[in-house]
Amino acid sequence: MDETGKGAKGRKERRDFLRILGGAVAFGGAALGLNTLVADAVAVADPGPPEPAIPGYDWTKHRWAFGVDADRCIGCLRCDVACKIENDVVRDANHFRTWVERYVYLEGEEKPRIDSQSDPQNIAASGPDGDYRFDDRYRDANVSKAFFVPKLCNQCEHPACVDVCPTGATFKAKDGVVLIDQSYCIGCQYCVQACPYGARFLDPRKGVADKCTWCYHRITKGLKPACVEVCPTHCRVFGDLNDVASEISRFVRDNRIEVLKPETGNGPHVYYIGIDKDVS
Amino acid sequence: MIQELYAHAAPYVGYVYPNETDIPWSLLIVVYPYITGLVAGAFIVSSLYHVFGMPQFRPIARFALLTALCFLLFAPLSLLIHLGRPERALHAVLTPHWTSAMAAFGYVAGFYLVVLALEIWFAFRADIVAMARHAHGALRPLYRALALGSDDVSPRALAYDHKWARALAILGIPTAAGLHGYVGFIFGSLKSREWWSSDLMPIIFLLSAVVSGVALLAVLYVAVWRMRRTELKDDCLRGLAQVMWAFLAVTLVVEALEYVEMFYRAREGIDTIVGLIEGPLRPGLLIQGAGSIAAFAVLTVLLTAGTRSRNFAGWLTFSAASLLVAVLAMRWNVVIGGQELSKTLKGLLTYRPELLGREGMLTAALLLVGPLAVLWALARLLPPWEEARPA
Repeated sequence: MDETGKGAKGRKERRDFLRILGGAVAFGGAALGLNTLVADAVAVADPGPPEPAIPGYDWTKHRWAFGVDADRCIGCLRCDVACKIENDVVRDANHFRTWVERYVYLEGEEKPRIDSQSDPQNIAASGPDGDYRFDDRYRDANVSKAFFVPKLCNQCEHPACVDVCPTGATFKAKDGVVLIDQSYCIGCQYCVQACPYGARFLDPRKGVADKCTWCYHRITKGLKPACVEVCPTHCRVFGDLNDVASEISRFVRDNRIEVLKPETGNGPHVYYIGIDKDVS
Repeated sequence: MIQELYAHAAPYVGYVYPNETDIPWSLLIVVYPYITGLVAGAFIVSSLYHVFGMPQFRPIARFALLTALCFLLFAPLSLLIHLGRPERALHAVLTPHWTSAMAAFGYVAGFYLVVLALEIWFAFRADIVAMARHAHGALRPLYRALALGSDDVSPRALAYDHKWARALAILGIPTAAGLHGYVGFIFGSLKSREWWSSDLMPIIFLLSAVVSGVALLAVLYVAVWRMRRTELKDDCLRGLAQVMWAFLAVTLVVEALEYVEMFYRAREGIDTIVGLIEGPLRPGLLIQGAGSIAAFAVLTVLLTAGTRSRNFAGWLTFSAASLLVAVLAMRWNVVIGGQELSKTLKGLLTYRPELLGREGMLTAALLLVGPLAVLWALARLLPPWEEARPA
């Protein structure tokens, strides 16, 4: 993703400059009563997001989407490990591009007990090899219901994180994935605040925002995201909605799907089945 | 050993998203709205004289302008130090992404800085010209440069200065209000944070800004004038008490409305909000509440009793100092409180600022004391005192 960002940067700067120039011209033009004429000129001057220089990839031809079948998740956390390695995510216990939540309803309790692999007890149980594990704290408890929910960036239709970015370093690609130009991000963390899903974080090593890109460097080469690749139970589904025969298209078609926090208006593109009212 | 795996991790209870434990906006983002608030409030006091012609504020009108300028110089600094990549800060100004509430900050702040600097120049021009003539040594060329080639101090030229200072002050009021209301908007417009997401946020920011700015001037007026052994004017003291009281009264009502609405609506997560108020945010809210109410009570008594009451200046200073602390606590309660309430609405974090470090308490303290040091120097360069004013 990083190299994608760098390749796009020159054009991006030019585009933004043109946009400012266009804005300035529009302002002056409006004062002179030439706004119609100028509006056309501005429309020409703004070509939209810069297309990444990826050989053989046309981002107008895809509409990526992600499905999660929570019923299948066993909480093995191989997805977390694979993601950290594949995307060089900082190898600590509280910065994740993807994570798994454990919901446990004990008998006689109305609300679930929730934790993730980031929980200190789970980290303590994870051992020295850098893997993640859920501990067995509920071994002797009377559990009435329990399930796991994998989380990742929802690559929203109307991403609040993109709206609030003061520089335009984060943007939505034409194929639906929200990307970050880490060579342009100033690290203000407004996007971290704006994401209702907690999907973003500041990379403490680079001082810039980071988040899941559905492994953009892989999917643009025809591969699957690392987390999908390693999932042993096929809980994570990825594909192109433009292809009606794709697995994700069937997933969306054949199931009654849910999204997280639809009330935010962000329009998330990670579709869930098998989650519960307490999942948010 | 395990603790080493958690970078900047804030302790929490309940369930919070893993990435949330690294609190994005630190103590410096508490300081930032506090400083811009002081700027807005100080400017309003100067405008009470320059625009509305209220004579009681004449003794501090020019001092208030210098105060506003000094604090304004430090406002962007707190943002800059907070950035993950400060060297790229200008990206937001040179290539602004206009859908962001933050993108216009550079322009709004820059515009206000220009307005303020120009107003100060017109308000002090006659003094600068006089000093360019009479100053000795190295200061003389400095004043000559500050005079920007002007040396006309005829009544016509002075009237012209006055006219421009007034026009800029008029322009400055909406700009100052805009700058600070805008800060409130940056928080209030975020739908992801239950504690911030409120239409009242810009209004509360603005009102408390005026309270804090007037309070700052009241403290400085009493302290600086006493240090300089010049007489404190009863009218001015009373005027400050009145303005502070009036804005405080409205602020308290609007803040109360905010809480009443929140509890009356009782949307999802209200239990966690109660936990926030009773838990991590309790000290901050207590300081804010106690400071505001103590100041309000004392100011009410002062205004009823009048300036003949014993030690009016002392009690005014006490109220103003309480308000300065209360408004700082309010900034903390908004900025930090919003982040201590998890986006899951099922957990609470506790932010503890570090002492040293880039975004620590020492940096924050320097950012708050820095403007006062600059003000001390600036007041020597451009004496704003009444007796220094040319006839």
